[in-house]
Order: sequence, then C-alpha cells, then structure tokens
Amino acid sequence: MIRFAELYHRLDSTTKTNEKIAAMVAYFSTADPADAAWATYFLSGNKLRRLVPTKLLRQWAAQEASIPDWLFEESYHAVGDLAETLAMVVPPGKLETDMSLAQWVEILLPLRDMDEEKQRETIIDIWRRTPITAGRGFDSSTQTQTGLEITSAPMRFVVMKLITGAFRVGVSKRLVTRAIAKQCGLTADIVSHRLMGNWEPSATFYKSLIDPDGPDASASQPYPFCLAHPIDLATGPEPLGDPGDYFVEWKWDGIRGQVIRREEQTFIWSRGEELMENRWPEIEAAAESLPNGCVLDGEILASLPDGQVLPFAQLQRRIARKKVGKKLLSEVPVVFRAFDLLEHEGVDIRSQRLESRREKLEALLDRFDHPNLRICDLISGNRWDDLATIRETSREKNAEGLMLKRRDGVYDVGRVRGTWWKWKIAPHTIDAVLIYAQKGHGKRASLFTDYTFALWDGDALVPIAKAYSGLDDQEIRKVDQFVRKNTNDTFGPVRSVTPELVMEIAFEGLQRSTRHKSGIATRFPRIVRWRHDKKAKDANQLSDLLDLLPPVVESD
Amino acid sequence: MPAFHQLLETTPRGLYCPAGDFYVDPHFPVDRAVVTHAHTDHARWGCKRYLAAAPSEHLLRMRMNDDAEFDFLHYGESITIGGVRVSFHPAGHMLGSAQVRLEQAGKVAVVGGDYKLGTDSTCQPWEPVPCDLFVTETTFGLPVYRWQPQQQTTDAINDWWRANRDAGKCCVLYGYAVGKSQRLIAGLDPSLGTIYTHGAVEKGNEAYRKTGVQLPETTFVGSVDRKQDWSGSIVIAVPSAHHTPWMRKFGKVSTAMASGWMAVRGARRRRSVDRGFVMSDHVDWPTLLEAVELCDPEIVWATHGYSSVVARYLQEQGRNAEVIDSRSRADQETVQETGQETDEAKPAVDAGSTEVSE
Repeated sequence: MIRFAELYHRLDSTTKTNEKIAAMVAYFSTADPADAAWATYFLSGNKLRRLVPTKLLRQWAAQEASIPDWLFEESYHAVGDLAETLAMVVPPGKLETDMSLAQWVEILLPLRDMDEEKQRETIIDIWRRTPITAGRGFDSSTQTQTGLEITSAPMRFVVMKLITGAFRVGVSKRLVTRAIAKQCGLTADIVSHRLMGNWEPSATFYKSLIDPDGPDASASQPYPFCLAHPIDLATGPEPLGDPGDYFVEWKWDGIRGQVIRREEQTFIWSRGEELMENRWPEIEAAAESLPNGCVLDGEILASLPDGQVLPFAQLQRRIARKKVGKKLLSEVPVVFRAFDLLEHEGVDIRSQRLESRREKLEALLDRFDHPNLRICDLISGNRWDDLATIRETSREKNAEGLMLKRRDGVYDVGRVRGTWWKWKIAPHTIDAVLIYAQKGHGKRASLFTDYTFALWDGDALVPIAKAYSGLDDQEIRKVDQFVRKNTNDTFGPVRSVTPELVMEIAFEGLQRSTRHKSGIATRFPRIVRWRHDKKAKDANQLSDLLDLLPPVVESD
Repeated sequence: MPAFHQLLETTPRGLYCPAGDFYVDPHFPVDRAVVTHAHTDHARWGCKRYLAAAPSEHLLRMRMNDDAEFDFLHYGESITIGGVRVSFHPAGHMLGSAQVRLEQAGKVAVVGGDYKLGTDSTCQPWEPVPCDLFVTETTFGLPVYRWQPQQQTTDAINDWWRANRDAGKCCVLYGYAVGKSQRLIAGLDPSLGTIYTHGAVEKGNEAYRKTGVQLPETTFVGSVDRKQDWSGSIVIAVPSAHHTPWMRKFGKVSTAMASGWMAVRGARRRRSVDRGFVMSDHVDWPTLLEAVELCDPEIVWATHGYSSVVARYLQEQGRNAEVIDSRSRADQETVQETGQETDEAKPAVDAGSTEVSE
C-alpha cells in the first residue's frame, strides 16, 4: 500500500500530464499484476460500492479520537473531504507489515456483508494499523524510482478513499490507458479497447491486458467512443474548410449509446461504460433482427411514432428506472438513432472512412425497417450560411445544434481534434442575483464557491439555479470575501448574503417543475461572467425566464 | 467584554492591563505596548514604547518605527509597572517570542501569544507557566492538526532538495520571512548545495545571526549574477513571490511551501506548489490541550483562529473557557484564508515580506 499511496501522492502533487504518466509507468512497471489491476480499476474512477455507511464512519472516528461528534463535523467543514478528515482526526496507528493494494481490497470487500459491530471492529483495527503517512524508514524495498525522492505517502488517506469512494486525483481513464500502453508497448487504442466494458480486477486480467497477443474479447465488449470537439461559437465553422467535406447531422439531446449484437445476444452500453440492461426493451427487441457481429453507435432518444423528438426531461423519466412499466413505455417511447457502424460482419471497421462506414450502415438498416432502430438522417446544406439557418431551428426540434463529421475521417478513440465537431446553439442566458453561498469541496474546501442565484418576482427574489462553475480563481476569492463580509443569516452550511452581485447565468434547457419555488428547473446552469456593470435591481425578472420556456409543454 | 480582575480585559484595541495601563499585542498604535514577538500582527508599528523579550531586540528594532522607545527583559526577569509584575517566558514560536506573565495581588495572567511545543533550534523552547488565566491562540485548534516530529519534515525537505538537484532543477521553498524561514534554513543540509535567500528572508537571517543563532551560510539572491546557473541550489523565498517575474531567472524549478496549513490537501492544492511541507510554529491540537493541562489555569481565554471550537471543547471537558476575539467570525475566517496567502494566520501586514525586489 505504501507504493500505491506514493503513486497517489505523486499524481496529486503535479498538474503536468507527462509527470502523471511517468509516475504511473513507474508504478505499473514494478507492481504485482493483481495490484496493477486494482490500481487501474481505482485510477479509472471505479470504486468499491457501499462498504460502510459514512454516518457510521464519522461516529466511530469521533469515538476513536475521543472527540464529540460536533467536533468531527467542525473538522470536516475545515478539511472539506470526508476520507481526509477520517484519516487526520483519528490518532495515527502503527504500521507493522505493509500489505499490498490487492490484499487491502481483500480486507475491505467483506465489510459490505458484515453486521455493524463487526464493521466497527474492522474499521477501528484498520485505523490502529495505519499511520497517517508512511514511506521512508518503513520499507527500504519501496525506494524504487532512482533519482526520485521517497515521499511521505498519505497511506491512511488512500485507504479511507478506498472505503468512501472515488479518488479524483486528476487522472482520467484515458491517462491511465496511455500509461499502461507506454509501459507495456501496446498502442493506447488497443489498451483502451481492452479496458472497455466490465472486467474483474485480477492478476489474470492485468496479464491479458498487457499481453501482446491479446485476450479473447468477450461478446459484450464495446469500443471506446469517438467524441466531438466543440466549435468556437465566436468564430463559427468557417475555419473547418469546405462544408462538402462533412456529413451534417442533428446533435440530438439524448443518451449516447452503443448497440452490440454478437452471438445472438444484444448489449447496450452508455458512454459512461454502463451496461444498460432491461432499460430500453424497445431497442433491445429491435436489435434482435440485426445480424451477428454488428456494433452501432448512436443516440437513444425519447421520440413519438411520427419521429418527433421529445425533450430530454421526458427521457429522464425513463433513465431513472431500472425496470420500465407499461404506462411509461407508452408515454415515453424510445428510439435508437444510429449514426455510425463500428463492427460489420464481425470485423472492426473503425479504421475505414466515415463515407464507407455510413454506406454499410445505410445498407444494413435499409434491410429492416424498425420504428425503434433508425438511421440518423443527414442534413444537406452547401454553404455554412445555409447550415447556420438550419441550426437556428434546433430548439424547435429539441436538438442541441449540429454535428459535423469529416467524410474521410476514421472512428477515433476519445476526443481527437479534427474529425468530429459539435456546433451547438448558443445557450440561454439571464442576469441573476447571488443570494446564497456555500463552501465547496476538495480543492475548493473552505472557500465559498457554490452559489444560488435568484430573479425578481415583484419585490421578491426567487431562487432559480445553483451554479458552481464559471469563475476563475481570482474571482472566486473576491466572491468569497464578499460572502464573508455580507452574510445576513446562516442556515447550517449555507450563508444568506446581501443581494448585490449580479452574474450572467447560462443554461441548456428549461422545464416546468413543481419541486422548485420558481416553477422552473434549469439544466446545467453555469456562470458566464460577473456583471460588474449591473446592480441587483438590474437583474432579470422571473417572467423573462418563463418566456424562454418552450411553447409546447408536455403534460406531466 | 471579558475581564480578569485588574490584570487583563479585552478592548477594541486589544488586550489591556488596566492596573499597569498598557496593552499586550495591541491591534492599533498605542502609547505603551508589551509585545509577545516580532511578527507585525503582534508587534504593531507606530507605538510610542515597546517592551519585549531580549532575544527579539534585533528583529523589533529592524521592523518597528525608529522614533519608538524600546525596553527589553531577559526571559524570567521581571519589572513592575503600576503595581503589576511583568515578565517574559519562552513561547517557542520564533526567536525572542514570549509568553507575557502578569501578576498582581496573588493573581497571575499569562498571555501565550503564538506558541508551539515542538523542537526548534532557532529559539528557546516553550515553558509552562502556571497561572490563573491563560490566553491561548487557536490557529490550528482542530483535531485534524497534528504535527509530525520536526526531524521527519526536515528530512523530507532535504530529500526533496536532493532529488531535484539530481534532476538539474532549482528548488524554491516558501516560508514566512521571519521565523519560519530561519527555522527552515537551520534544518537544511548545506552539503547539498548553495542556499539562496529572498531579500526579506536575508534581513531576518541577519537579525537572527546578530542575536547569536547559528544558521548555515546563505546568499542573498540579489547579490549574484542573475544569469548564473541556479540548478541544484535552493532558494528560500516569501510566499508572495510565487508566480511572479522574480521567479523566472531560476529556470527549471520545483516549488514547495512550508506551513501548518499544508496538512490539508485542499489548501495544498490551492497553493499550486509542487510540494507542501507541514511545518508549523503554532500549537497543534494535542499540544494545545497539553499546554492547557500544564498551566492548569482557572480560566482559559481562546483567541486567534478556532477559538469557539477550542472554548466549547474545553468547557465540555469541565474547564472554564471563553472566546475573546473582538473580531467577528467572518473576519476570523478571512484571517485563516489570507493566512494561506502569507503564512500561518498572519494577515498580509508584513510589508517587508511582500516586496519582491532584489
């Protein structure tokens, strides 16, 4: 665990991609395969789910530290991270033998099935056996990387992170993939593909992951998704060259998915690599008629039989359900709009040009005409101006804008610049007043970074959205100072402040809501800029926001 | 306003001794100031008369107004002002830092100032002073703050320097100009390379050396050719120099910050330095409680930082404790935050440390 904690520490201490990769390569090159598998698992953002309720962890930590519960909470507010607070509050333990990462997982996994008393004993035993930091002086064999310092590795914090949840150490799955590829000499695309879908972190898995001859892919394994780059709304698409070089499609507001048909089985994966079983029975049924050895990329949409796409809010009703009832099935039917073909007749065709993939896709879907599995139509337009006009009608169609894809492009892994572009419509914006503030977490712990904004309804300010992002560090500090100086009331962690600051808020969509005081729910609200030029009274009215609601509203 | 007999009361200008008609660490210029140490949020510029512990003489004269009168007492030595017996006792915070003991009519009040219980070769260690009233700072008054032995931190710093020297980089280590920087320098291994200093740090070094503190040899950055090869050396600088043009000449650098705040990951990351070393000149949670036990006062006044947390905890432990901060809660939190700007809970009042000149 010292080695893994040291890796964590090195990843955490740098923002430079190359240094992060170097740290991971160093780790993977000497780690035991079982440890490497678990490291891959955790660093890719996976976690051991629901081991121990955090409420209990807090209580036990307070008991073990001989402090009252309120003092634990005070500490948590100051630190801003539960795992870190747990690691720091409990007096340091004694490290007798350093167990490997895989051995630690073996200790932690059974926690899930223990009764509360046994869990308590196990957790307290863990605290007593972990120093807050470890590294130098404990095990000379850990001094592996020559020329690099031996760090004081945050051992207990890392163990606590394994228990409480994901790491968030500034490493993406993509970066882990690059490190493994670099270490074992395979291409990142191959490693990325092998890491798709569900796999068991084990020595066997890791060995096959880095095996040049490769493992046999399982029938369910998806391909890594190709992602689009945004087009800068200020400059527009002209720098992309001739519109004739691109296929143009609507950018639908649904769920990106991959439909796999292999060995008489159907698998539907989300972009977050979640296997969506039984969620979309219509699509699964439609996919039965696909030939084996076929993988489609497309978008899952809520859509009426006449082809009209429903707002994302409707689709959300389906997302929330693991099993879908009859009523919902009839109210919110879904369709899979395929826009790409990745595997055809059992052959990976991602390296072919889009034109040729599209041709095969059209031929394939022409053969069976199924209402729940259709091709994503192309939009024709010879000039950027024409396309710009079409794009303006996106909202009416419940689309987010246009997609531009190079006809001669291959199907890239991840967000490679140049082949796929998304040309979104400008978001709605509104000037709102900051009325509540709350402290952030992690890097933003102890700074007021989470804000609630309001609009005028007569003389009253009605909250309409919470926004966390959009200001730079300097602006955050200024707002933080403002909040501290202008607090009028405190509700738990929330400060009510003098309504003075006006910010421009952008959001993607609006829907009516009975759960919000304003009657409106905003989707993905974020701060565009601080309107220093505006006073609170100059902010928008609630009625301005209501005017932005789509004219046709689904009955709910 | 809390008051303790005729010995001490809290006023908007700071702690005041009515019997002796003087302030201890006043917040504003006053006629007569008794100061615990030379950090400028305690030794306020512009007073007419200062009384302090003898080892802080060079630092105070360097930093305070020239027209002021200074009186110094050795640790343990006492004088009587208006019937109050005043003496200084080591606080272990930095060179010359002291606890102020006030005694009258059988009652003893001790103003702890800033203090720590750990090892520090650049100043005399803290001594418990039995008293009836103990005024304690609470900068790090939360159970998450627990310092490691100093040796562990200085070893880690030297390891960091060695590794970066071998990688051809120059190390830049940030610490508060006076106190922290000299403690850091004292712990460096001079066999590793040249130790350079920022101007404000070098001034502090001079005062330390004049007082008789042994420090490894240091060179003021501004005294050498800026185009020289800085790789392999270490530069001790004030935190405000981070990300300024002054840094450019050093070429490839690894940066680090030494402060108690570095114990928390969020604070470390906000600093955007490569390394955060946890080294504080304040009491941590266990030693704060230990200090209170050793002094065993009838009442504790908590100030500077997590005062309400510490007071509540002590009350629950059966002690008589009160919060005496005159500043509002919001203000205190600001102090903690800006503390990350300079160093530990010190507002950016230290003009000398913010200058980035050569």
